[in-house]
Amino acid sequence: MLVIIDYGVGNVQSVTNAFRYIGSDITVSCDPAVIDRAHGLILPGVGASGYAMEKIAPIADVIKSQAAAGKPLLGICVGYQLLFEESYEMGTHQCLGLVKGKVIPIPTDMGLTIPHMGWNYVKFDDDMRLFQGLGEGKHFAFANSFYAQMDDPDAKVAYTGYGIQMTGAVEKGNIYGCQFHPEKSAADGLQVLKNFVKICHEEL
Amino acid sequence: MLTKRIIPCLDVKDNRVVKGVNFLNLRDAGDPIELGKKYSDEGADELVFLDITATIRSKKTIVDLVQQVAANVFIPFTVGGGISKADEIGLLLRSGADKCSINTAAVNNPDILSESAERFGSQCVVLAIDARRTVGKVGKWHVTVKAGSEPTDIDAIEWAIRAEKLGAGEILLTSMDADGTQAGYDIELTRAVAEAVNIPVIASGGAGTLESLTEVLADGKADAVLAASIFHYGTYSIKETKEFLKENGVPVRPV
Repeated sequence: MLVIIDYGVGNVQSVTNAFRYIGSDITVSCDPAVIDRAHGLILPGVGASGYAMEKIAPIADVIKSQAAAGKPLLGICVGYQLLFEESYEMGTHQCLGLVKGKVIPIPTDMGLTIPHMGWNYVKFDDDMRLFQGLGEGKHFAFANSFYAQMDDPDAKVAYTGYGIQMTGAVEKGNIYGCQFHPEKSAADGLQVLKNFVKICHEEL
Repeated sequence: MLTKRIIPCLDVKDNRVVKGVNFLNLRDAGDPIELGKKYSDEGADELVFLDITATIRSKKTIVDLVQQVAANVFIPFTVGGGISKADEIGLLLRSGADKCSINTAAVNNPDILSESAERFGSQCVVLAIDARRTVGKVGKWHVTVKAGSEPTDIDAIEWAIRAEKLGAGEILLTSMDADGTQAGYDIELTRAVAEAVNIPVIASGGAGTLESLTEVLADGKADAVLAASIFHYGTYSIKETKEFLKENGVPVRPV
């Protein structure tokens, strides 16, 4: 069983729909006992990471201890941004600190529309488990105004270009994250979710 | 590189997809659940669902239908039509929508944009503008509300600028003059709005030939194109559309 952690930030339905569609045994919960029984955790989230961090505070320690124990964790969009140390969205907020780096605004002086909205090409680092079977890179659906500036030599990173080289996804041990929305990225996105499910079963 | 988006639009009435000309003379175009799945599978970049009877707030059937469409749609999914309160956005997001488009309610109460952006994030707040050329004035468009039935004296470009400041994350810009005519988008309107704001602009109304899509994406500076008739009635497939755009230098996600 995999658990989508529902901490009251936006839309968990799209993520749930996608895991159900690929035939995964999925539960939506924020109950620490249920989270403890899960084989893998999904941390979704939309909106502002500062607000999300406030909402997740009551179960932040539960998530950190599960991650430290080696349970696969997949952060999506704002859930991905929470994996880092700090976010500068609407003030400065401490995040979960599972990957080294900080969440900062996409520069607004490049004449590009903000939010970064739509499908962008993501180039994968070699041997990333999330992208098995997808070649060197694919297009995925983004909707973000902030991005994670990575500073972690132990992490594998997939990049996308938007005026700057922007982190699109990360893998560090049992910690996985995508700035884009795999649940909304058609067949290639569903493949990413299938790969995560496979990782969770392999770690059993 | 960020690609330009091709977005089929489902105008929904009585649980059916319909399409009219200039918002009138509606004809049946199919089942929303089937069409939504088809477009998602065929490589559309997003899907828009507009309840043109504007009954979202009062009819549970629309929420049920949104749930059923969303269950088979694995591309970003925008829902609109008759949204009058931020709470209704919460309900639609929980039902599987990724973004919500607000039109008349934002004109009546612009604070709904800021409230929704604060609660759910700008990325899911789409301001829909139904604009009509103002007779006797060149390069001027006014906002219409209630599915185009009521003109206002609000300037469409000024409204777009204000909406961005209030927290809208995207603008769905429909030319009332061009809608359903298949005679091409209003390039001048689209470019005027796209140059006035920094958020993405979806051009809508008038999709006809594939050249018209290229034109509004290139000359009109739109980030995305919405189309209904040409896809529903099978004039072009999503694949043909994307291949044509690619050949003409428009970056698209390959199908």
